[in-house]
Amino acid sequence: MSQELDYLNETPSQTAGPFVHIGLAPGAAGFDIYKQELGWDIAGPNAKGERIRVEGQVIDGTGSPVKDVLIEAWQANTDGVYAHPEHPGEVETGFRGWGRVITDFVTGEWGFDTVKPGCVAGRSGSVMAPHINLWIVARGINVGLNTRLYFSDEADANAVDPVINLIEWENRRQTIIATRGERDGAVVYRFDIRLQGENETVFFDI
Amino acid sequence: MSKPGEYYQRDRAWHPPALDPSYKTSVARSPRLALISLQNSASEITGPVFGHNDIDPIDNDLLKNYAQAGEGPIGERIILHGRVLDQNSKPVANTLVEIWQANAGGRYRHKKDTYLAPVDPNFGGCGRTMTDENGYYYFRTVKPGAYPWRNFINSWRPAHIHLSIFGSGFAQRLITQCYFEGDPLIPKCPIVQSISDPTAVQQLTARIDMNATIPLDSIAYRFDIVLRGRRATLFENRLEGD
Ligand SMILES: [Fe+3]
Repeated sequence: MSQELDYLNETPSQTAGPFVHIGLAPGAAGFDIYKQELGWDIAGPNAKGERIRVEGQVIDGTGSPVKDVLIEAWQANTDGVYAHPEHPGEVETGFRGWGRVITDFVTGEWGFDTVKPGCVAGRSGSVMAPHINLWIVARGINVGLNTRLYFSDEADANAVDPVINLIEWENRRQTIIATRGERDGAVVYRFDIRLQGENETVFFDI
Repeated sequence: MSKPGEYYQRDRAWHPPALDPSYKTSVARSPRLALISLQNSASEITGPVFGHNDIDPIDNDLLKNYAQAGEGPIGERIILHGRVLDQNSKPVANTLVEIWQANAGGRYRHKKDTYLAPVDPNFGGCGRTMTDENGYYYFRTVKPGAYPWRNFINSWRPAHIHLSIFGSGFAQRLITQCYFEGDPLIPKCPIVQSISDPTAVQQLTARIDMNATIPLDSIAYRFDIVLRGRRATLFENRLEGD
């Protein structure tokens, strides 16, 4: 007999189910209960940098939009600083860098407004291209899915990004790059997430 | 030993797999290609920070937070309480815990829930709180009812409360469900049974806690939560410099 390690097991994940909105976005479930719901303003009013909108759909293995998904976004500010005590640097007052995004129950379209993040220091002196970390939960998703959203207008930074370069299949790298466009004078990035099938989005085990 | 570093690798065999054909909704919603393993960077080690001004003190009391004055929800009054720890048994302090659940009849207050059981006018079905410095949290609520769902013709969810927990890094983000000791529906539920190890199912099963029960008022259930643990930043696995 050897000694036993006394690490605890992580609590197992379970699906967020179809009614995740009740807990995390009750207004979308159809009722008003909290003084303020969390995660509706990612960047806050004082954030520097370029104001952008990000839109997309989450698409299942049949090609249909997933209409009951909830996405959380986590990003640095325009200087590449996360609003967290362990990250060196400062963020603007009111910048949290975190948001909750839900889909339209009819169309499955989602979108959020924020500022474009800056480059973030990576491991071993590397530099990560601007990106937004996304976490996707829904009915039928047993463990929340992690991916990253990179930006199509950052080709040079993307080319040397240590995480993009971990993806050995070059044709899969484009699944995590949002396409820059414009609508009514505003910058809009399109980012569709494919859970399965052709052009399945790259998901990470972080 | 200095400040903590990366999170321990998630034990994917302990969690349910993405694809479990018995849980039918997972079939079209499960990635089929392998996840790309990512050593933690600042993007995974950091995560949102919440404070007490984000929430109200009443938010953890589901008996009151949606009830009309002088009224309350129908159902068995319970306390759900426990600690949030990491894998090193260290308390996770000041972290946001959010819950949602059906009412005592098994009906959710959600515009997409069409189950024939009635909505309770005095029950919203959601709550939130921050853990204290010992990682402790508690909620007051009613015990949720079982409800039917479209999986097999005759599938019923065991009574359960959904929980969302943050931790301090985005890599710790977790959503799960807690079940109740002794419920005969637990071993019949495809969502529960997508977890292969029975010990892991036990970890999701709250135990009745007579010591925390308030006599003549509420029955208590204890539910401890474990988030991923972190390494100490030793020379060999430092994030910066090689
Ligand atoms: Fe449920």
